[in-house]
Amino acid sequence: MKYVDEYRSEQLARNITEEIRRIQTRPWVIMEVCGGQTHSIVKHGLDYLLPSSIELVHGPGCPVCVTPLEMIDKAHAIARRTDVIFCSFGDMLRVPGSEEDLFALKSRGADVRIVYSPLDCLKIARANPDKKVVFFAVGFETTAPANAMAVWRAQQDCVKNFSILVSHVLVPPAIAAILQSPQNRVQGFLGPGHVCAIMGYHEYEAISARYSVPIVVTGFEPLDILEGVLMTVRQLESGKAQVENQYARAVEREGNRPAQTLVSEVFEICDRKWRGVGSIPKSGFRLRYEFRDHDAERLFEVEEIDTKEPAICISGQILKGIRKPHDCPAFGTLCTPQTPLGATMVSAEGACAAYYAYGRHLKTGENSHVV
Amino acid sequence: MCLGIPGKILESYESQGLRMAKVQFGGIVREACLQYVPEAETGDYVVVHVGFAISKVNEEEAARTYRLLEEMGQLTELGAPEIEEKSRNGRSP
Repeated sequence: MKYVDEYRSEQLARNITEEIRRIQTRPWVIMEVCGGQTHSIVKHGLDYLLPSSIELVHGPGCPVCVTPLEMIDKAHAIARRTDVIFCSFGDMLRVPGSEEDLFALKSRGADVRIVYSPLDCLKIARANPDKKVVFFAVGFETTAPANAMAVWRAQQDCVKNFSILVSHVLVPPAIAAILQSPQNRVQGFLGPGHVCAIMGYHEYEAISARYSVPIVVTGFEPLDILEGVLMTVRQLESGKAQVENQYARAVEREGNRPAQTLVSEVFEICDRKWRGVGSIPKSGFRLRYEFRDHDAERLFEVEEIDTKEPAICISGQILKGIRKPHDCPAFGTLCTPQTPLGATMVSAEGACAAYYAYGRHLKTGENSHVV
Repeated sequence: MCLGIPGKILESYESQGLRMAKVQFGGIVREACLQYVPEAETGDYVVVHVGFAISKVNEEEAARTYRLLEEMGQLTELGAPEIEEKSRNGRSP
């Protein structure tokens, strides 16, 4: 596949890691922000290709992971209703709520459907006028334009039986929260390529300047990630702290203006709770008042649900790059993708689930980089 | 979740008031919305996320990046001298 295969060349990967070895003089801790990058790193073993004194820590950029448990429970309360067709991306179906997951609900007769795009839900709503079609709108800035378009079209076309349950989160406030933590170890960031394809990267320039930290907007293929690491190490070694764009084939500084325009027409910024992390001010989107007729949380009046996370789970510290999956006594034993205890195990893009999927629970200690 | 896959636009058309396209990813063809990439035309590559093209692939940038990566290898193969030999036993700042 063009623009995929050539970014997986083993020889070029070796060229980049050789260059990193050549310029590196001291250990560095670099965080990849996006869960897709984490998955690519663990899948291709990119952290093993790097010098052991470059430590990659895994960031909070997995929206499925950070969706709060009470929001999952709200989704289930709505999906249980007989007058509802509940639609979701496939990766939310296995995420357990306090009682069960959406697959279990579906097997007991709830009308739960996996969709490829939010626009599919509009088709389902048009075809089922006697049902209420609800879409579980989870995601970062990358997904917001798709959800905004579905709501905007529904409003334009008077599709009254379509609503979304919004659990949208934003990357820059999470990066700022990590940098403000007294326990922070992160010295440079691989920025989230597709989030920046939408939003641009001017917001990250303010963060980079304020906290004196290099941020390299990075893609998702192995060569993208390795080049992102090289660019970050170059900055760190030369004492620079600025935003650079490794993923220039897909990202422009100003981002995607038409997408930003519709997103800000449909959504507004609000405080959001992140699973494992807690509440972060101004870190998410909610629907604007003008679109309240498509707001599932309002329409179904789901009550606040009190939930508790297991005390043993350290996912909050993993999401902030303070600890690694192997530091958790429950990893791979009590806590597996089939029986996840917390945020980083519930989705394939979570650090714990990625480590588990690629057998790292069998090799305890191998990934313990010396810093 | 933020998965974005580059694909080639085979044809574009209007559907329910939106500009849509058939986009080819390797051997698979799927529908994607082009509303957010008004400049994209048949034959262009776009990055698609949850059924929406979110950016048009900049072919010049792609070629430039790739050339840099290849040149890096040539330098290594030529045994390019290190400009400055530094200790590798540094400490964390």
